[in-house]
Amino acid sequence: MKAAFDRRRFDALLPWAVPALVLIVWQALGSAGVIPSRILPTPWAVLEAGYQLARQGTLLESVAVSTQRALLGFAIGGGIGFALGLLNGVVPLAEKLIDSTVQMVRNIPHLALIPLVILWFGIEEEAKLFLVALGVAFPIYLNTFHGIRSVDPGLIEMGKVYGLGRLALFRKVILPGALSSILVGVRFALGIMWVTLIVAETISASSGIGYMAMNAREFMQMDVVVLSIVMYALLGKLSDWIARLLERTWLRWHPNYRNI
Amino acid sequence: MNNRRAGRGISLTVRRAGKRFGELAVLSGIELDIRSGQFVAIVGKSGCGKSTLLRLIAGLDRPSEGELFADGALVTGLHPDVRLLFQDARLLPWKTAAANVQLGVRSGGKEAALTALRLVGLEHKASEWPGVLSGGQRQRVALARALAGEPRLLLLDEPLGALDALTRIEMQQLIERLWLEQGFTAILVTHDVSEAVALADRVILIEEGAVALDVPVALPRPRQRDHRFARLEQLILDRVMGKDVEPAEASQILEPSSLFV
Repeated sequence: MKAAFDRRRFDALLPWAVPALVLIVWQALGSAGVIPSRILPTPWAVLEAGYQLARQGTLLESVAVSTQRALLGFAIGGGIGFALGLLNGVVPLAEKLIDSTVQMVRNIPHLALIPLVILWFGIEEEAKLFLVALGVAFPIYLNTFHGIRSVDPGLIEMGKVYGLGRLALFRKVILPGALSSILVGVRFALGIMWVTLIVAETISASSGIGYMAMNAREFMQMDVVVLSIVMYALLGKLSDWIARLLERTWLRWHPNYRNI
Repeated sequence: MNNRRAGRGISLTVRRAGKRFGELAVLSGIELDIRSGQFVAIVGKSGCGKSTLLRLIAGLDRPSEGELFADGALVTGLHPDVRLLFQDARLLPWKTAAANVQLGVRSGGKEAALTALRLVGLEHKASEWPGVLSGGQRQRVALARALAGEPRLLLLDEPLGALDALTRIEMQQLIERLWLEQGFTAILVTHDVSEAVALADRVILIEEGAVALDVPVALPRPRQRDHRFARLEQLILDRVMGKDVEPAEASQILEPSSLFV
């Protein structure tokens, strides 16, 4: 019994072994002066900078602003993508009309549109929201559309035989059937959301983590620069973790998801 | 047999029904009369059109020619008192067994669903996901779902084909028992002649889109696999496989005098 317990603990800790090693070596090299602090500050320095900013309240504020920006863009883009995906998935005429256009627009890398976006929206919030929304919309659209089209037609037929009307069929059969695909789209879109936000905040910002980083760069505060990278990474990890939690809850019934 | 609800089942009439898919005529000139409460098995080789006929009866497809009548009324689509058991269980994977059976209950009540599960012996699995049930258990849940709505016509489209031999026999006995209790009309499409003889009052063979054989099965219920059973099964199987058989010979073996052959 004890051996099994130890083994599980060991397996859980194993993925952390290499990162921990990297941190230790990085700290050691930094402390020894092999890596000058203006090139790459030590983990400890980054932590200290984080502590300072947290005490001032700047850290929390920046994180809140960036997160809000990202989530709002996600809500807008994801909402549009989801609605279009549903529409095209359920109404064949809509698909014939709209899908090709969506695919054409999708092929334009949204980050390449930045100069145009700045011209249209300036460098304030709208520009960043537009970019995030544009980036997020397509994975959500594709996966929603695909999810709906992949619902087992046998289940739909069964639903009709058992007297389910159009709305009930949609709620009980089609939407739940599409859910696993939609959630994959969400996880993918979350990654794009963060990347787009980072780029948008790098172009220009007057608040948020990007602003914090640019400001720090002006004053050669490399530890704050690294800190902002760490914050972005942590936020990305957190959002992915939440998405996986949703998957585990909503897809409990799925034989493939039972042992995440 | 006395506590059977007489006259409950839907009576079916098929007049000159046919179905073509493009150039291909899968069925043509089908004439059938099925009495209320009768258990009919439709057998035939793969692709002979038996599933197509079942779908016409269910109202899932429209006939290319001819008409079908349920209790005298023209079949134009799905009928609220008709239930279908498919080849695969077709349970919603994201709903528990009980919730799936609830789909079949007209009022959507949980109690009726549990009662139906009890009928098929799966009350203890009510809150399980279909993903953890075995194939046989899933079909039993599907059967509970079909019966939960107290259908007057139950259509079975080779529902036991994917099950192992022992589970299949158990399911056949379960279906027979429930049919005896509830008195619905039942139409079973199967390629398994043994299953047809085990369950049906009447076996119909569809060959090249038309009715080629229509024999009664007057063996006593519950069905025992004795020599009469085997003989009748052999006869029908021979005919399915293309050997010439006199329909009279089929009904003859059910005469008392043939008991001691």
